[in-house]
Amino acid sequence: MANYTITLNGEERQITDLEPDTPLLWVLRDHLNLVGTKFGCGIAQCGSCTVHMNGSPTRSCIIPISAADGATVTTIEGLADDGNLHPLQKAWIDLDVPQCGYCQAGQIMSAAALLDKNPNPTDDDIDTAMAGNICRCATYGRIRAAIHKAADEIVEGENS
Amino acid sequence: MNLSRRDVLKSGGLIVAFSFGGPALVRAATSVAGASSELNAWIRVADDGVATLYATHPEIGQGVKTALPMILAEELDMPWERVRVEQSPVDADVYGRQVAGGSMSVRLAWTPLRTAGATARAMLVNAAAVHWGTSIDNCYTDGGAVVNQKTGDRLDYGDLAERAADLPIPTDVKLKEQSEFKLLGRRIGGVDNRDIVVGTPLFGVDQSLPGMRFASYTRSPSTGGEVKSANLDLIKDMPGVEDAFILDDNGGARALRGGVAIVANSTWAALRAKRKLQIEWNLENASTDNWDALLEEGLELAANGTGTELYNDGDANAAFSSAAKTVNGVYAYPFLPHAPLEPQNCTAWVQGDGAEIWAPSQVPAGGAALAARTCGLNPAKVTIHQTRIGGGFGRRLANDYVVEAVAISQRAGVPIKLQWTREDDMANDFYRPGGIHGLQASIDADGKMTAWKDHFVTFSGDGESAYRWAAMGQGVQPQKLIDNYRVDQTLLPLTIPTGAWRAPASNALSFVTNAFLHEVSTAAGRDHLEFMLDLMGESRELPGGRGGGMHTGRAKDVIAEVGRRADWGREMPKGHAQGLAFYYSHGGYFAEVAEVEVGANKKITLHKLYIIGDVGPIVNMSMAEHQCVGAATDGFSTMLGLQVTFNDGAINEGNFDKYPILRMPHAPEVDVHFIQSDNPPSGLGEPALPPVAPAVTNAIYTATGDRVREMPIIKAGYSV
Repeated sequence: MANYTITLNGEERQITDLEPDTPLLWVLRDHLNLVGTKFGCGIAQCGSCTVHMNGSPTRSCIIPISAADGATVTTIEGLADDGNLHPLQKAWIDLDVPQCGYCQAGQIMSAAALLDKNPNPTDDDIDTAMAGNICRCATYGRIRAAIHKAADEIVEGENS
Repeated sequence: MNLSRRDVLKSGGLIVAFSFGGPALVRAATSVAGASSELNAWIRVADDGVATLYATHPEIGQGVKTALPMILAEELDMPWERVRVEQSPVDADVYGRQVAGGSMSVRLAWTPLRTAGATARAMLVNAAAVHWGTSIDNCYTDGGAVVNQKTGDRLDYGDLAERAADLPIPTDVKLKEQSEFKLLGRRIGGVDNRDIVVGTPLFGVDQSLPGMRFASYTRSPSTGGEVKSANLDLIKDMPGVEDAFILDDNGGARALRGGVAIVANSTWAALRAKRKLQIEWNLENASTDNWDALLEEGLELAANGTGTELYNDGDANAAFSSAAKTVNGVYAYPFLPHAPLEPQNCTAWVQGDGAEIWAPSQVPAGGAALAARTCGLNPAKVTIHQTRIGGGFGRRLANDYVVEAVAISQRAGVPIKLQWTREDDMANDFYRPGGIHGLQASIDADGKMTAWKDHFVTFSGDGESAYRWAAMGQGVQPQKLIDNYRVDQTLLPLTIPTGAWRAPASNALSFVTNAFLHEVSTAAGRDHLEFMLDLMGESRELPGGRGGGMHTGRAKDVIAEVGRRADWGREMPKGHAQGLAFYYSHGGYFAEVAEVEVGANKKITLHKLYIIGDVGPIVNMSMAEHQCVGAATDGFSTMLGLQVTFNDGAINEGNFDKYPILRMPHAPEVDVHFIQSDNPPSGLGEPALPPVAPAVTNAIYTATGDRVREMPIIKAGYSV
């Protein structure tokens, strides 16, 4: 048992009395009550649990809390800026992307990490960045379109 | 109609409920609890002008939480911007069957919901007419208000609701003409979309209770095994573990599988301890099923054995003896898990002989009843709440995880959330049964198909009848489309659990029948689209079939239209080809053309899939298209690379590393269009899936001459 500190969605959070091998996913869901990040496979195959750790898209189901100690973590709950939705979140709503919706938090977090690094991705760039995220309902076409739409909005926002 | 219980909300408002059974019953009442037993869905118009519409059916991603309220809002003539949707409670006495399955929600709710909306609107119009002292003929509705066409005065629904609730309830309301629809057919985003994209708790797995503990459960790898002993002392000493105990089998997979429960102070503590479990199983009654052996036996039987007659229309043997040409082929398909992305889970709190349950179930009332029965609770004291569901595909028509959670909470004496792992989910499913077909067809000198024979090898638990999830019911094409049609059946014993998988039976039978029809048209030297149109013959409704008899005229319309959209028969680049398939299921008519490229080393690319569907009028165009794309992509993913195999009754594929669901880079471009006929609407969760697999394999044949007769096609060396 040990204590850990992470900077979560901009706030420093202490988590006490944890087994060091507890995956970040379950720390978020059970200990910090942020359940937007989802469990799908537990072996980093489906991407439902994707968060940003120190700015990189990370499968939180396989990151032990001991490896996240001191890290900066952003989850789907922290993506909006002061209540203003991220352009991806807006595009997801505008294009009616979700079906069951279970994978979408992970999809959006993977997409947000892509746009941080590559604000104007091609279809191939998107396919490569998103290949780690399964959508069992197969909403892939609208996910790709929503990423393009959000990218356009970000570029327009910067130019205006 | 009993109006004595009608009452007006203290806050002011109109509540309308209605019955699915017959003519709409409309009542106003103070609360859901005050409704009488035959009522089952609700509209509430509050005095602030907002309509609260109750979505009664489980939302598994098929869009009913949005679509069903849209139907209400249309006839209510209420702008969508002023609608708030709430998931209704689960109460069979009030709402009837609340099920997500069979693409039935819109189909069954269409007329009752429209009637309920129209009745509420009529009451609001009546209230306005009384207020103005004019005739209802002088009033019309517009944008959530009643307008007096003589004076131009407007009264908002919110201002009328309380008065409307006091007026007599009309029994003979007029529904809108489809040409008058303002909302239906438009693109409306899902009502939960905002919550989904910001990570609001919605799903079964997101539920939380004060004092809740976290549980895992471990069942026999081979179906039917029971716990002999387990290292419970060691498990109980692990960090965070509060209790561990054995639950005896009580009705098997259809109720409670035997296993070991671990109750802990976090999900991880429960899952971590699960990994250290050592269980000695009693496998005396466990399944010994072996897929490789069953498939080998089935292929031999289908080709060379004889079965028991299932259907025998006309005289197939006579047709064969006078045939100019005959064709034969043996087809096979595997067992499939559902693999919804949200693993099974359930939150339950048993207190005394009652329980409160939160479950992502496609049949929530069935889950409550099964848990009560299995765990000896008073059914009247078992309440189940609907949550949003992270994918269904038929898996959550079974409620085994609900029973487990209730049994664990009952034994542990605390509220618990049961979390399945992905491995639990893959290993303890109700699988789409595999099957094998030995097919033969005869062709006359004019190139006309004269007879069809199928020796169907399938599976049975009782030795008497096939598991129905893959059985050949009446009306599987080409039954009734040709005079001489014969199916013989052989049943192989099987004990692993089977269940309904998206477009049950059709998901496999469409592959077999469409692919073999293409073998026939090819052997006859005919164009496949022309052959399919000719096969449908005169426009007429056939007897039998899933979701009612197929109408051949509607079938021909979608086949011809997909040919036009895909420019069927046009010259394709080398290695590219088109493949066509048609299937009727769940009341929906779907014709699809796949444009496939086969490259070196059997690498295939599905460049484009054209879909034409006829499901009557479209409720929500956004989700209608989305369901078709999703179902079709699911069909492609599955025919390409998905199956489970089993040895000694235990599933071999444990997680997504062994179950390669299609990912974004290989998702096809899909072009969806509808023929919006004026037939009653039918559902869209399933019927776009069945035609995909044969459209793809027919294209592969045309491109290469290789006839792929077994799914998944990775077994024949194909990949994306």
